[in-house]
Amino acid sequence: MAVIEADGVWKIFGGDPERARRLAVEEGLSKAEVKEETGSVIAVNDASFEVKEQEIFVVMGLSGSGKSTLLRCINRLIEPTFGTVRVHDEEVTAFDDDRLRQLRRTKMSMVFQNFGLFPHRSVIGNVEYGLEVAGIEKAERREKARRSLELVGLDGYEESQTSELSGGMQQRVGLARALVNDPEILLMDEAFSALDPLIRADMQNELLELQEQWDPACTILFITHDLDEALKMGDRIAIMKEGKIAQVGTPTEILTRPADEYVRSFVENVDRTKIVPARTVMRDLRDDETVAADGPSVSPHTPIAELLPILLDTDGLLAVRGSKGTLQGVVSQDAVMEEVVENADGTRRRDARAGRTDEDPEAAVA
Amino acid sequence: MRLDLGDAFAALIEWLQNNFEPVFDAITVTIGATITGLEEALLFLPSWVMIGLFTVLAWWVASRGVATFSLIGLTLLEDVEFALFGLEIAFGMGLWDFTMQTLALVATATLLSLLIGIPVGIWAAKNDVVDAIVRPILDFMQTMPAFVYLIPAVVLFGLGQVPGVIATFIFATPPCVRLTNLGIRQVSEEAIEAAKSFGSTPSQMLFKVELPMALPTILAGVNQTVLLALSMVVIAALIGAGGLGDPVVEGIQQLRIGVGFEGGLAIVILAIFLDRITQAAGEKAGSSTSQATA
Repeated sequence: MAVIEADGVWKIFGGDPERARRLAVEEGLSKAEVKEETGSVIAVNDASFEVKEQEIFVVMGLSGSGKSTLLRCINRLIEPTFGTVRVHDEEVTAFDDDRLRQLRRTKMSMVFQNFGLFPHRSVIGNVEYGLEVAGIEKAERREKARRSLELVGLDGYEESQTSELSGGMQQRVGLARALVNDPEILLMDEAFSALDPLIRADMQNELLELQEQWDPACTILFITHDLDEALKMGDRIAIMKEGKIAQVGTPTEILTRPADEYVRSFVENVDRTKIVPARTVMRDLRDDETVAADGPSVSPHTPIAELLPILLDTDGLLAVRGSKGTLQGVVSQDAVMEEVVENADGTRRRDARAGRTDEDPEAAVA
Repeated sequence: MRLDLGDAFAALIEWLQNNFEPVFDAITVTIGATITGLEEALLFLPSWVMIGLFTVLAWWVASRGVATFSLIGLTLLEDVEFALFGLEIAFGMGLWDFTMQTLALVATATLLSLLIGIPVGIWAAKNDVVDAIVRPILDFMQTMPAFVYLIPAVVLFGLGQVPGVIATFIFATPPCVRLTNLGIRQVSEEAIEAAKSFGSTPSQMLFKVELPMALPTILAGVNQTVLLALSMVVIAALIGAGGLGDPVVEGIQQLRIGVGFEGGLAIVILAIFLDRITQAAGEKAGSSTSQATA
C-alpha cells in the first residue's frame, strides 16, 4: 500500500501560475522559456509518484531540479500550486492548519541539510522539541528523547550545546530529533550532503541499519544530488530534471534501462558492481538448499564487488543476513557473475563509443 | 488655499488636548506612579547598601573590572566623609538622590520603550507592510529635534517627569524596534522550517524559536535604548523632570562650571555602568545563541 502518493504536484513561484502551467503543458515550453514569457518559475512540474510502506524512496537531481521543493510539498512547508498529496489515503493538501500540525507532530518528521538545529537549546532540548510542542509532559519527553539519542549513538551528550558537536554529530541530533516521536515517515532533505565523505558513508550505513531494526520500519523519502548515495540508499529512485520526474525505478532499473538520454548520461560512468547492493541480486533460499548458520554472510547493503572474493570461498551460495542475524536471502555465484558481466558489457559499449578497441572483457571488469 | 503644516500640527495637538484629556490624564497618572514608585524603592535603602548591591550585580552579570568601576564610580556620586589618622577626608559629588531620580526616569522610559518597541518590532518582522510603515516613523522619531516635541508633551502631559518620560520614549524607542525586527528576520530559514516541520503553532514558533534566537540582537537594542534614554536626561530637566539634568541646567543658566561638570560626570558614570551591564547581559544570552545564523 502506498504511504505517500503525490499526484500531479506542481509548484510555480510568482507570476500567473495557471498561464505558466498552460504554456508548459499545451505548448511544451521549457522552464526557461516559461520564465521568459510569464515571469513564473516552475520548480516542480507535474510530479506523480508513490512511496510504498517501509521503503526508502530517493529523489535524485542536480541543484535547481526542484527536488527539495518537491519534498517540502509533501509536508507542506511549501504549498503545492496544483495537485494533491496523500498520506495513508488522507488528502494532506486539503488539511486545515490543525490537522496539518497533528500530521507533522505524530506521523511525519524531517531532517535538514544544514541540520536546522536550535542553537539556544541543549542537545536533548533539541531532540525533545517535537514532543514539547505536542504538549507531552516533561518526564515522558525526556525519557523518549534519551532513548532517541541512544539510538543514534549520542548517549552522554544530552546536556551538550549543539555548537560543541562536529557536523556528523549535529546531524545525529537532527536524526534523533526526527525519530523521537516514532514517525511513520521520515523526510530527509540532503541530510548527509553537508558531511565529510567518510562520515557520510558511516551515516548512510547507520541509517540503513536503523531502518532495518525499527519495527515497524519507517518509510523514508530521501533527497540527494549524489547518484552514488541514491543507488546505495534507494529501494527505488526518482530522477528529477528541471522540475520533472524523468524516471522512477529500482537502482538496477535505472542503471540498466535509463529512460532517456539525461538519465543515461548520469549513470554512464557508474561502476555498478561497487554500488548495486547484495539485496538486488539475492533470492530466497530454496527448499533443497541450505546455508551453514556459522558460515560467511554479508549484509543486504554490501556492494556486489565485495561479494565475489567471499563467494569464491564458498560452495556457491552466500547468506545475506540482516543486522540481527536473520537470514534475508542468499546470493549465488551465477547471479553475481551476471551482474558483473552486464556491467562489463556496459563499460565495453561505452569504450566502443569512445573509440577504444579493447577486446579483453576481463580488463573491463578490472 | 494654503496648507500650513505647522498650523495643522498645532491644531491637532489642541484637538487632542480638548478631546482626549482623560486619556492623557490616565497616562500621566500611570507613568507618574511608576516613576515615583521606582524612585522611592531606589532611595529606600541607604546609599552605601545600594552601591554594594549594584557592585554585586555588576560582578555577577559582567566582570570584576566592571564591578570595581561601579564601586568607585558610584561612591564618587555620594558624599563620603571619614577620618584617617586624625585627618578628616571628604570627597564625592553628593548627587546620589539626583542619580536615583534619573535612574528611575531612565528605567521607566526604557520599560515603556520595550513594552511598545518589542511587539512593534516583532510585527514589523512578520509583516512587510507594517515594516514599510514603521520605518519612516522611526526615522522621524530619531531625527526630529527633541525640543520640537518637548512643548507638545508639556501641553498634553503637564510639567514634570511624565512629559520627560514621553520625550525620552520617543527618542529612545527606534533602536529597540529596529533591532527586534532585524533579530527576528535573521533567524535561519532552516530553524524556522524545522520548527514548522515538527508541528509548532505560530506562538510556539515565536516564543520557543524566534525570540530566543533573536535575543542577543534584541538585547543590543535594549542597550542602545538605555543609552539614548540617558542622553535625554538634560533635555528632560528643562521641563522639570529633575534628576542629574538639574545640576547641568543650573551650570548652564548660572554659569557655574563646576556644578555643570559634576552633573555631566555623574551622567557619564551612570551611562557606563548601565552600558556595561546591559551589554554583558546581551553577550551572556549570545554565547548560547551566537551560532543561530550559521
